[in-house]
Amino acid sequence: MSNMVSIEGLTVTFTGRGKPVRAVDHVSLELEKGSVLVLLGESGSGKSVTLRSLLRLHPEKTAKVEGRIMVDGHDIMALSKEGIGAVRGRTVSMIFQEPMLALDPVYTLGQQITEAILRHEEVTPQEAHARALELFEKVQIPSPERRLNAYPHEMSGGMRQRAMIALALACKPKVLLADEPTTALDATVQIQILLLLRALQRELGLSIVFVTHDIGVAVEIADRIAVMYAGRIVESGSVADILHAPRHPYTRGLLASRVERAKKGDRLKTIPGSPPDLTALPPGCAFAPRCDMASQACREKVPDLVTGPYDHAVACLNA
Amino acid sequence: MMTAPHPSILDERDRGGPAQSLLSVNALVKHFPVKGSGFFGRGGVVRAVDGVSFEIRKGETLGVVGESGCGKSTTARLLMHLIQPDRGEIIFDGEKVGIDLPLSEYRRQVQMVFQDSYASLNPRLTIEDSITFGPRIHGMAETAARAKAHDLLARVGLDPSRFAGRYPHELSGGQRQRVNIARALALDPRLLILDEAVSALDKSVEAQVLNLLQDLKADFGLTYMFISHDLNVVRFMVDRVMVMYLGTVAELGDGEAVFAAPSHPYTAALLASMPKMDPAERTIEAPLTGDPPNPINPPSGCRFHPRCKLAEPVCASILPPLTPSAAGTSQAACLALVPQSGHSHADRLAMPPLDPESEPMPEASA
Repeated sequence: MSNMVSIEGLTVTFTGRGKPVRAVDHVSLELEKGSVLVLLGESGSGKSVTLRSLLRLHPEKTAKVEGRIMVDGHDIMALSKEGIGAVRGRTVSMIFQEPMLALDPVYTLGQQITEAILRHEEVTPQEAHARALELFEKVQIPSPERRLNAYPHEMSGGMRQRAMIALALACKPKVLLADEPTTALDATVQIQILLLLRALQRELGLSIVFVTHDIGVAVEIADRIAVMYAGRIVESGSVADILHAPRHPYTRGLLASRVERAKKGDRLKTIPGSPPDLTALPPGCAFAPRCDMASQACREKVPDLVTGPYDHAVACLNA
Repeated sequence: MMTAPHPSILDERDRGGPAQSLLSVNALVKHFPVKGSGFFGRGGVVRAVDGVSFEIRKGETLGVVGESGCGKSTTARLLMHLIQPDRGEIIFDGEKVGIDLPLSEYRRQVQMVFQDSYASLNPRLTIEDSITFGPRIHGMAETAARAKAHDLLARVGLDPSRFAGRYPHELSGGQRQRVNIARALALDPRLLILDEAVSALDKSVEAQVLNLLQDLKADFGLTYMFISHDLNVVRFMVDRVMVMYLGTVAELGDGEAVFAAPSHPYTAALLASMPKMDPAERTIEAPLTGDPPNPINPPSGCRFHPRCKLAEPVCASILPPLTPSAAGTSQAACLALVPQSGHSHADRLAMPPLDPESEPMPEASA
C-alpha cells in the first residue's frame, strides 16, 4: 500500500462537562504518500479534532477516541506512551495557526530546534546546530545564522511561521500536519508560506494533511480535498472534482455562495441557517435542516459515504 | 425608496446635498509613542496613520484594504473619535467634527461594527438591553426604545420573540453579528463603519450577512465604510476602494477599475497574492517577499519601495503624492506615475505620444 496515513471509523467524543459531544463521527480517510490532503470545513466541523487524533493529542480523561489510525505502519491508538513519543516529531509533526503559542518564548529558536534534534537522534550539539542552520536556509529565512539566536517575539509573523515549519521538520518527519497555518497571516505572506509548503513537500517527499476553512487556500495547496460537516466527511475527491463538479449540496452551496463568483451588488446565493449544535445533532443527515433537497429519508438515517469514479466520494442520498 | 435620488439625501439631516461628501478627512495623523526598549532605549513612534486624506460620498460604500499595520483600523477608530488624532480634521456633511458639529450629535450619526461579535456585546445585558442602551442614553423613552429594538431585530433576521431576552453567549457568531448590526442602527446613523465585520464568520454565514448589509443599506439609505483584508469580499461590496500601506494611502479610486487594472504596484501585488480558485492556475511565484515592515520605523520616501519591483533610487527619497492614473479612474501614490519625478517609467509617461499612431504608452505597473 502506498498510503502514508489511513484512518478507519475514527470517532472522537468529548465527555468533559455537560453533555458528551461527538466532535468526529466515523471518519475514514487515506493519505497517499507524498500528497496533500486538505480537510475543509467550518468551525465545529471536526477538522482540527481529526488532525489532532493523528498525534493522539486529546486528553485521555475527557476524550474517548475510537477507530483505527495507521501512520507509516504505526498503529497510533495501540502505541505505548514512549511509542507515541517517538512518533511525534519523528514520523509525524505539526504546525499551528499561531506560532507565538506553539514556540517557547524563553528559548531562542536555535535552542528549540537543536533540542528537538537531540531528543530524537544521537548527534553532537554541533551537528544539531548545523542541522538547525540548514533548516533555516531551507525555509528561506534571511540571515539564518543571526536569526537562530533570535527569540520568537523578535520576529515578524511570517518569519515565525517559517521558524515553526523549520522546527516541525527538524527530525525529518514523513507526515506534516498543518492546522490553519496561514489563517492569521496577511495575504502577501500567506501565499509565500503556501508556496514554501508546496516546495518542501516536493523536495522532501512530505505527505501533508492541511486543515483550513478557506476554499481558496485549499485550492492552492491540495491534491485531494475532504469536506467535513458536523463531524463527518460529506464529500471527498480531487481538488478539481470538488471545485468543478461538487456533488454534495453543502459543498455546492459553499461554492455557490463565494463572492468571487458574484458580480458586484448581486445577491449571494446562501445556505440558510447556521452550522448545527454538536450536542443536539438530528438523527439523519446533519445538513438536512439546511438542505433544499432533503427528503424524509434524509432525516431518518445518516447517509453513507459512497465512492464513485475517480475516488470521488459523497455522503448524500440525492447526489 | 428605490428611485433616484438616493434615500440618503432625502434625510432631513442632510445639509450639503448629494454633491457634498458625507465625510471628508484631511491629512489625518496619529502616532503612538512606544515605550523605550532596553536600558537606554529611546521611545520610538508608531506612525499608525500618517497623513491620510479621503472622502466618503453620500450613499456609497468605500472599501478600505491593506495588511496588518497599514492603519485601516486606526483610521476607523479616529473617525469614531475613539482615539484623538494628532493632526488633521474630520468634516461630516460640511461641518467640522468637534467644532461645528458636537461630538454627541456626530456619534449618533456614525456607528461602528467590529470584528469580534462577542467582545462587542456586554455579556450581562440581554440582546434587547444592548440594543436599547444607546437610544436611552440619547433620551428615548423606554417603551419606544424597546419597540425600536424589536423592529430592528426583525430587520436583521432575528425573531424578536425568540431572541430579545437572550444573552450573547446563547447566540451563534452570525446571530451575534446581526445583533451588533441592529445595535449600530438603533440611533439611525447615516454612516456605518464596518471594521472586518464579517471576517470572523464561517463562509456560509458570511454570505448571509453580506446580503443583509446590502439590504439594510438600501432600506435605510446608509453609507458604508467597509474595512476588510479580504479583497474578494471588498470587490463584491464596494463602489470605491482605498488601499493603505504603512499608514499612508497607496491607491484610491473606483472599485471595479482598481481591481481590474491596479495603478499602484502594491495594489497589483496584493491582488496577485489572492488564491486563484483554479488548481490549473496556481500561483507559481509569490508577488512579494517578506512581511509588511514595522510601522515604528517606516522606510523613507515611498513606504513600499523596499518591497517594490519598480523601485529606483529616487523612491527612497521622495514621498510620492496621490496622482491620477492614466485612465483617470483612480489615484495612486507612485513616482512611476508622476511626470518628471525622476523615475524612469515617469520619464516615458511625461512624453505622451504626439502622434496617435505612434508607440503605445508603456505599462505603468506590473
